[in-house]
Amino acid sequence: MTQAAQTRQDTISEYLEAQSDKSLLRFLTCGSVDDGKSTLIGRLLYDSKLLFEDQLATLERDSKKRSSAGGDIDFSLLVDGLEAEREQGITIDVAYRFFTTDRRKFIVADTPGHEQYTRNMATGASSADLAVILIDARKGVLQQTRRHSFIASLLGVQHVVLAVNKIDLVDYSEERFNEILEEYQSFSSGFDFATFQAIPMSAKLGDNVTIRSDKMPWYAGPTLIDHLETVDVETDRQAGAFRMPVQWVNRPNLDFRGFAGTIAGGVIRPGDEVAVAKSGRTSRVERIVTMDGDLTEASAGDAVTLTLADEIDISRGDVLADPTDRPEVTDQFSAHLIWMGEDSMLAGRPYLLKVGRKTVTATITEITHKVDVNTFQHLAAKTLELNEIAFCSFSLSEPVAFDPYEINHQTGSFILVDRYSNQTVGAGMIWGALRRASNIHWQALDVNKQSRANLKLQKPAVLWFTGLSGSGKSTVANLIEKRLLNLGRHTMLLDGDNVRHGLNRDLGFNDADRVENIRRVGEVAKLFSEAGLITLVSFISPFRSERQLARDLLEDGEFVEIFVDTPIEECRKRDPKGLYAKADRGEIKNFTGIDAPYEAPTNAEIVLKAGRYSPEELAEQVFNYLESKGYLSGAYESQSSSDWVI
Amino acid sequence: MKGSQVSARHDHLRRLEAESIDIIREVASEFKKPVMLYSIGKDSSVMLHLARKAFYPAPPPFPLLHVDTTWKFREMISFRDRMAKEAGMELIVHTNPDGKRDNVNPFDHGSSFYTHIMKTEALKQALNEHGFDAAFGGARRDEEKSRAKERVFSFRTSTHGWDPKNQRPELWSTYNTRVKQGESIRVFPLSNWTELDIWQYILSENIPIVPLYYAAERPVVERDGQWIMVDDERFKLNEGEEPQQRLVRFRTLGCYPLTSAFESDAADLESIVGEMLIARTSERAGRLIDHDDNASMEKKKREGYF
Repeated sequence: MTQAAQTRQDTISEYLEAQSDKSLLRFLTCGSVDDGKSTLIGRLLYDSKLLFEDQLATLERDSKKRSSAGGDIDFSLLVDGLEAEREQGITIDVAYRFFTTDRRKFIVADTPGHEQYTRNMATGASSADLAVILIDARKGVLQQTRRHSFIASLLGVQHVVLAVNKIDLVDYSEERFNEILEEYQSFSSGFDFATFQAIPMSAKLGDNVTIRSDKMPWYAGPTLIDHLETVDVETDRQAGAFRMPVQWVNRPNLDFRGFAGTIAGGVIRPGDEVAVAKSGRTSRVERIVTMDGDLTEASAGDAVTLTLADEIDISRGDVLADPTDRPEVTDQFSAHLIWMGEDSMLAGRPYLLKVGRKTVTATITEITHKVDVNTFQHLAAKTLELNEIAFCSFSLSEPVAFDPYEINHQTGSFILVDRYSNQTVGAGMIWGALRRASNIHWQALDVNKQSRANLKLQKPAVLWFTGLSGSGKSTVANLIEKRLLNLGRHTMLLDGDNVRHGLNRDLGFNDADRVENIRRVGEVAKLFSEAGLITLVSFISPFRSERQLARDLLEDGEFVEIFVDTPIEECRKRDPKGLYAKADRGEIKNFTGIDAPYEAPTNAEIVLKAGRYSPEELAEQVFNYLESKGYLSGAYESQSSSDWVI
Repeated sequence: MKGSQVSARHDHLRRLEAESIDIIREVASEFKKPVMLYSIGKDSSVMLHLARKAFYPAPPPFPLLHVDTTWKFREMISFRDRMAKEAGMELIVHTNPDGKRDNVNPFDHGSSFYTHIMKTEALKQALNEHGFDAAFGGARRDEEKSRAKERVFSFRTSTHGWDPKNQRPELWSTYNTRVKQGESIRVFPLSNWTELDIWQYILSENIPIVPLYYAAERPVVERDGQWIMVDDERFKLNEGEEPQQRLVRFRTLGCYPLTSAFESDAADLESIVGEMLIARTSERAGRLIDHDDNASMEKKKREGYF
């Protein structure tokens, strides 16, 4: 090797050595539109000499095209990469940028200011250690400043920088800076940030970004980059009890059974005892297996494969935990929720909830309050709209293991997914288990569904009629009930209108109330079937999700969905209660089929073509179905387990 | 012992590695039929290495897919076959039969049309034919502006369309993996890696890469200020062009007529990393297809390009 080559090798080794000491800071920039977020990131990249020549040339060329920049380099063009963003001069989606200084590596999420894209700001905040909240010095604290500070606090971002930008446009005024600082502190005092630093700056001109400004001798604090390089985010990262949500059970052959996952808290070593949170079973870690050889220790953030000393039942979604400090296990908890769906959130509607590596169905049983992001006041609410934030109670289809978000972000967070559109509609931060989940137990009763049904010599069933108003649901249901009665069967008919006179008289016709209407009727139908009755339910029940909810309440085979499929023109023609005429005159709001949606069933047990056949013929079809499927023959036998045996 | 080596390796790469492994395992767990796009470049090599780590001691539970434009460097093809075999994975190779029939090539049809037919359309064909519901790609957010906006789990419609304005919010490391019949998700486990991270990782893990990344004497011609390698007899020389031997290497690898080499004497990994540290142009400067116009990558991605 030549002398020069040797020197080069040494320099590279030194460099790589230096790299190994560098830590990583993930931060986000947020704030209102036009406060200069993208410009700030462009400035950071430019000043830290991280732009390549070809990128710089493109930037200069693009800046000239954009008149608003007035000939100067427009740094925002570096980050706003989508066509629509350049068109409108705004940031729509999160962009992730990377830069390195001599002291640290950075991943920065540039998040949008527009209220419409708040969910994208929350996305950026979920993985950030620090938030730079920008304020336009001329405008001061705005609604988005409050909203973003609140979300940052909610998502547990520990460190906040208040970047009072465009200070050049207020003559570098100390007075103005203090005024803004005071206003910010007066509303943010309740937020629990570990560090807070306010910095006056001009991203466009570079004052106090990476270079100390001589225009503000009154400011004695650090520049932005100084602060970003030195703020301590390493502490406590690995603290907490051992947690590992099992992601993948690795079973290449009969001799190897490994549990793969990313450690979400604490430290693990071979020989340590672990418990499966949900089942409570314990074992000991035998090996920490990696392709580079077994490890003697692994900690939070590591993706590993553990083998255990005992053959215990563990599958994907289970959480391995420190047996002396276990996560909570419950099917009811309360949580902060950021609603991200275009459609409203409806209490009572089932959504998919993914916590750790486990997916269950969940309903929001109650919105305790929603938060006004301007005043942070708690408001009553029945529904949530896009970007609204609330504190809610959740009920899950089965118990899950979790930690409060405050304790562990990985095991304490979840997303909600709409079951039909598959959109991610919510992000949640778990507060804690609801007391009633652990204190309300099922009361064991001696007389049960089977014994009640046996007495009546029948099988309970719920015949759920759904269809538009005027489709003929009640007419058909009425005919069937009469026929069942003649056969000596015990029945009950729940009619939409009748129930709304009593049990559901407090409910209206907006989406939230419709969901609650069906939820209650589902529960009542369930009680009637436990009484051993054949229950006929005649409800428009326009949403698939809630019919599914009612189906889920019952045992397999007990729920018979009957879609009375009458074209809306036919229903309108019949209009037995004059409702279509009223709706057309605008006298009824939220009328199904007119200005509210009807979601037709896709998997109904029976579809009745009501336009084509008489009500008697339709009733005959239903009756034949019940007979052929054995609903009317003899005594009741439980479809599922032996739970109901006395 | 090896264990202590791992824990001594630096924090930054270790964190990136773990994040990628977590993503790869999540896909294997939640999708019915995933596939890993393998383009034989350095990023693909790292991605494959991470996949092997994720499921060790088992081989990765999905096949590799190479969309072969027939214009790859010859060295890449032999390397590809060797790596798939070593990983114990099935290798699917797909070439667009229509493009092959019509002899669509970068010389006669222009880079844009050629890329569309031989890469974008070919990829869609392969995904449809096998019914893959998730496909790993090695793209990084630091490569290009529209890629900086891409989710880790990036939803595609049943026609492989990408709507950058309407992406699923992605929080923590909890990914929404739900798709309906025909829809799919492109997954980018290397999203948060930079080019330098990739090279440092290749160095520290000793990952095999195609020798084209190392400097060697190669036959090249100069076109529009870029060195293009004459890899086989199909290369159409312009009037007055004479291939000459130069000490060159590649920073990125695509189809050989569309990827430019640069003069370098970096013949080992440490020298390559050293060169990276003083690089004054971005890696994509060597990719001719990126230069079409400013939002060209976004347009290609909307149409189904990776």
